[in-house]
Amino acid sequence: MKAVSALVAVIVLFAIAYMVGPSAKFVFGVAVPYAAMAVFLGGIIYRVAFKWGKAPVPFAIATTCGQQKSLPWIKHASLENPSTTGGVILRMAFEVLTFRSLFRNTRVAVKDGPRVTYDGEWVLWAAAMLFHWSFLVIVLRHMRFFTEPVPFFVPLLQAVDGFFEIGIPALYLTGVGLLLAASVLFLRRMLDAQVRYISLMADYFPLFLVMGIAITGILMRHFMKTDIVSVKEMATGLATFKPVVPDGVGPIFFAHMFLVCVLLAYFPFSKLTHMAGVFMSPTRNLRCNSREVRHINPWNHPVRVHTYAEYEDEFRDKMIACGLPVDKKETEEPKKAKAGEKKVDD
Amino acid sequence: MYDAGKIVLGLAVFVGVSAFPIWYNIAAGKGAYAVQLEPPPNGTKQCVAETANGYMRAEHMHILDEWRNMVVRDGKRPKVTVDGVHYDYSLSKTCMNCHSNKEKFCDSCHTPAGVAPACWDCHVAPEDK
Repeated sequence: MKAVSALVAVIVLFAIAYMVGPSAKFVFGVAVPYAAMAVFLGGIIYRVAFKWGKAPVPFAIATTCGQQKSLPWIKHASLENPSTTGGVILRMAFEVLTFRSLFRNTRVAVKDGPRVTYDGEWVLWAAAMLFHWSFLVIVLRHMRFFTEPVPFFVPLLQAVDGFFEIGIPALYLTGVGLLLAASVLFLRRMLDAQVRYISLMADYFPLFLVMGIAITGILMRHFMKTDIVSVKEMATGLATFKPVVPDGVGPIFFAHMFLVCVLLAYFPFSKLTHMAGVFMSPTRNLRCNSREVRHINPWNHPVRVHTYAEYEDEFRDKMIACGLPVDKKETEEPKKAKAGEKKVDD
Repeated sequence: MYDAGKIVLGLAVFVGVSAFPIWYNIAAGKGAYAVQLEPPPNGTKQCVAETANGYMRAEHMHILDEWRNMVVRDGKRPKVTVDGVHYDYSLSKTCMNCHSNKEKFCDSCHTPAGVAPACWDCHVAPEDK
């Protein structure tokens, strides 16, 4: 049901742009893209700087599946549990580029025997890699529309991406890869009862949205062709802030671009902000140096304590008088003991 | 904000990368792209297919693909008839008879669109007359 409502939402968005787009070119070709980009950038900045940035992270979390730097004869897992900034950058790079912690993700299952297994979710990891890398290459390839002249990396990516020259124009492997990976991620949510149970509309909606973008893009390239030179006039107009209303582009283009705009505007307020959030993960971005450096909790307030030494100072005479053992016998300076303020760690 | 320096630096990188088309266009200094196609130098007004509404701009490769398959792979060379005039299925003899200047016609869209058609792997562009 959640999947159905998400699908209906994407179909409605597609239909709006497909039917209204060609007759409201300024709205769908200029106003909506600018608004979506502003919401995307502003939303990410708001989320990172003004929400996550306000949460203090006092301690390095050293329990990150690798031996912390310790005594010289204990082997240090310098990538899993780095103690230097360089090591943290390496760990973060592996996390962002190869989804290392997702690769390590295991799942408990009871199999025939009966025996308990802890298999990795390799399919999930592979689909995630295919999905994200395809998306990155697709975004970079689209820079040919926004920039004049075409940047050097676009022809390189196009040549590799269309290497097999299937059809004219050549089929891009990343387009197929994106659609395939999104389908696998969707089927995982559908076919696995436990994952289906915890899946929300907010999980299905972005998947369908990305599928819609991929399908309209592939349709436009291979089946319902549009005049990409007019598209480029419009896109460079947006990038140079001299917007022009496109002429001679079909409704499928407006549908494609509107779905992208929806994705951009939806980005900062949904699970998709993990793009920014991965950099804010305290188990990934902090040096694990809690054996070298004492981390003081910054929001500790002063705690009023009365230590045993102070207690004994206060009552030493009385304790000696009634025969109680004391640590310090000398009573020469019955200094007025007072309960001091001392800062301790929680 | 905690770790303000690192957060601001990260967000600055993010905005900088996102704004790539803006600063790249400023740095390249060409401004917005506008298509400039050379009309046929021989003054022809008639094309083998509809040119209005960007039809030929969008579909010419599809047409050429069909022609190529028919001529090269099936060994047939039919003619397309427009207004009683017969045109061969031929890139060099039909299309480039009118659109004779590859640089001013073909490349004026293909280069900005980042398209590298394989036509010239086999065909030789007509020399400028």
